[in-house]
Amino acid sequence: MAPAVQLRSVVALVGRFPALAGIDLDVAEGEVVLLRGPNGAGKTSVLRACAGLLAIVSGEASVLGHDLRRDRRSVRRLVGMLGHAGFLYDDLTADENVRFVAGASEPAGAHGGADARIGPVLARMGLGGRLGDVPVARLSAGQRRRVSIAALVVRRSRLWLLDEPHAGLDAEGRELLDELVREAVGTGATVLFTSHEGDRATALADRTVSMIGGQVQVRTSSPDEPRAAVHVA
Amino acid sequence: MTAPAHDRLPARSQASFILGAAALLALVSTIVLGLGLPPTLEQGPYARLIAIHPPLAWAAYLAFGVTAITSVLYLWSRTRRRVWDRVAASSAEVGVVFTALTLVTGSIWGRPTWGVWWTWDARLTSTALLLALFLGYLALRGVQTDVHTRAKRSAIAALVAVVDVPVVHFSVEWWRTLHQGRSLAQLTPQSDLDGSYVAVMLLGFMAMTLVYGWLLIERYRVEALEEHFEDQGLDRALEERRAEAEAVVAR
Amino acid sequence: MWRDAALVAGKDLRIEARSRVATNQVAPFAVLVLVLFGFALDPDRGILSRASAGLFWVAVLFSALLAVQRSFAIEAVDGGGDGLRLLGLDPAGIFMGKAAAVFVELAALELLLTLGVVVLYGVDLGGAALMVATAAVATLGLAAAGTVYGALSAGLRVRETLLPLLLLPVLAPVLLSATRAWEVALGTSVDDGWRWVQLLGVFAVVYVTFGLVGFGALMEES
Repeated sequence: MAPAVQLRSVVALVGRFPALAGIDLDVAEGEVVLLRGPNGAGKTSVLRACAGLLAIVSGEASVLGHDLRRDRRSVRRLVGMLGHAGFLYDDLTADENVRFVAGASEPAGAHGGADARIGPVLARMGLGGRLGDVPVARLSAGQRRRVSIAALVVRRSRLWLLDEPHAGLDAEGRELLDELVREAVGTGATVLFTSHEGDRATALADRTVSMIGGQVQVRTSSPDEPRAAVHVA
Repeated sequence: MTAPAHDRLPARSQASFILGAAALLALVSTIVLGLGLPPTLEQGPYARLIAIHPPLAWAAYLAFGVTAITSVLYLWSRTRRRVWDRVAASSAEVGVVFTALTLVTGSIWGRPTWGVWWTWDARLTSTALLLALFLGYLALRGVQTDVHTRAKRSAIAALVAVVDVPVVHFSVEWWRTLHQGRSLAQLTPQSDLDGSYVAVMLLGFMAMTLVYGWLLIERYRVEALEEHFEDQGLDRALEERRAEAEAVVAR
Repeated sequence: MWRDAALVAGKDLRIEARSRVATNQVAPFAVLVLVLFGFALDPDRGILSRASAGLFWVAVLFSALLAVQRSFAIEAVDGGGDGLRLLGLDPAGIFMGKAAAVFVELAALELLLTLGVVVLYGVDLGGAALMVATAAVATLGLAAAGTVYGALSAGLRVRETLLPLLLLPVLAPVLLSATRAWEVALGTSVDDGWRWVQLLGVFAVVYVTFGLVGFGALMEES
């Protein structure tokens, strides 16, 4: 199958700091890959680079067949990201925030398809009824997180980039998130995520990639297998 | 990622030395000959400023013209090179100095001949706004961001500034105009301007162009040196970053 | 492009309507500027009514600065503008949407300020066609140039101080031309007012073009 993500010796800078120091990474389409590593290993930078938010200084990078260095906008249309920031507008309600994302995600000319999905998704995230009509500034951190997830779901992206998706959610929320991820994968989406949740994250992932110093450190083909030989790029 | 030119420091070239010497020579002779010009009936000794003021203005416009062209070259993806960004930055900086000097000499000239230090004339006003626009440009460059972001934003700011100037000029010209005719327009045969004045003014144009060229080269060299050390710092940072991984493996 | 523009403009205007920053802060600020001019220029000597066109447009310029700053501040709250970038919208559409929202806000503000100069400065309105045409074209130029510069300084740590330095010199021709045209309309000067409208039109066309072409470069960066 065509690779969803293909990074070859990618170097990317955050300010003047080389957050990614020549990383190689392949993610096949339909795969769920967990990025692990200590703080500052470059996990978030991998996600941001794949979303076209972090400029790549050298190396080759493509996402879903689009060159990340040349055509970032096409990449952005196909990916959805859940970051540390929720990308929400404080003064808009949950419903309006999700509606904006849905409207922006629809291919030009299409009408109403995404709108119909908004209600059910919000209800499923526990944001139906009155909660959906309150400016998100007045929601709790966990509820805001749920709004961001709802926005991600209505986007129907082909590549999901999730940065610590379980953080800030209650037990039921985490369960719900895992469920949504599995459903997305069922419709052909690829998922690349980071997590410090031990077992829950490994159970969700098909494969774990360890990072250190802006590079991939260890690759294990499956979470059940014993760790493969230490491999430094 | 980093160019192989790394080990080579951009050194002061012989060409720059010759250009500098020529600029100095031309400048000194402009000043000496300019001071030797006979006073005119209308303006007395102040007419001698023609050797300095129009050439300064010319150099300022030349500098911003170069900034505009190199900014376009940077923005157009096919000709995008960091060189253009550096030239644009260096030229704008030199241009700001020339613009400030133009305004100062113009003011000194205006006081005895028009009786005022400043007047809201089209050319004065647009030159002052040009100075403000490019001070803004330099302020934008001074903000720390990554190299490409800064280059792109600055290039757009430079283009907007250059495009704005004719609009400003037009609007003020319709509003009011007092400035004497363009200095170059007086080079027609009918001109009553004394031949020696024309000669010294032309020498002044040449001198300022040389001075501009020399300043640009030297400023560019400093810019290139700065980037050279930044790149070296980047290489070191990259090595350190990679060493993080090895340290873990060794444990 | 049009769809993206409508989407962004709708979102911006909805946020402004909801947050009331425009009505509770920008509008009172603009009126306050008019009052301050009243203190500075003694109203009894007739300077105020003669200078009203210029004072009006200076007040609009300052408010435009606030409106532009606000337009990009709302993007920076949660994720520093990444959210909008992640959606992969057409940059020209984003530009038009943002500029349209600023245009609407400024137009509303100008109505209020017109009322202000009538009440506070005792101006007699006249030449309605020229006034409205001037305001429309000038506001288009303000919104377009402001949006270009708002994007230019967005995401920089010193944007609050940088934006006025960058934007005000660029807007100088708008202030000049709009003031001349209004002076003609209000009868405080005799001139061909419509040629100033033409100049404003040139300004607006230049900056709308700039925004449509250049906004991509500003949005696509990291």
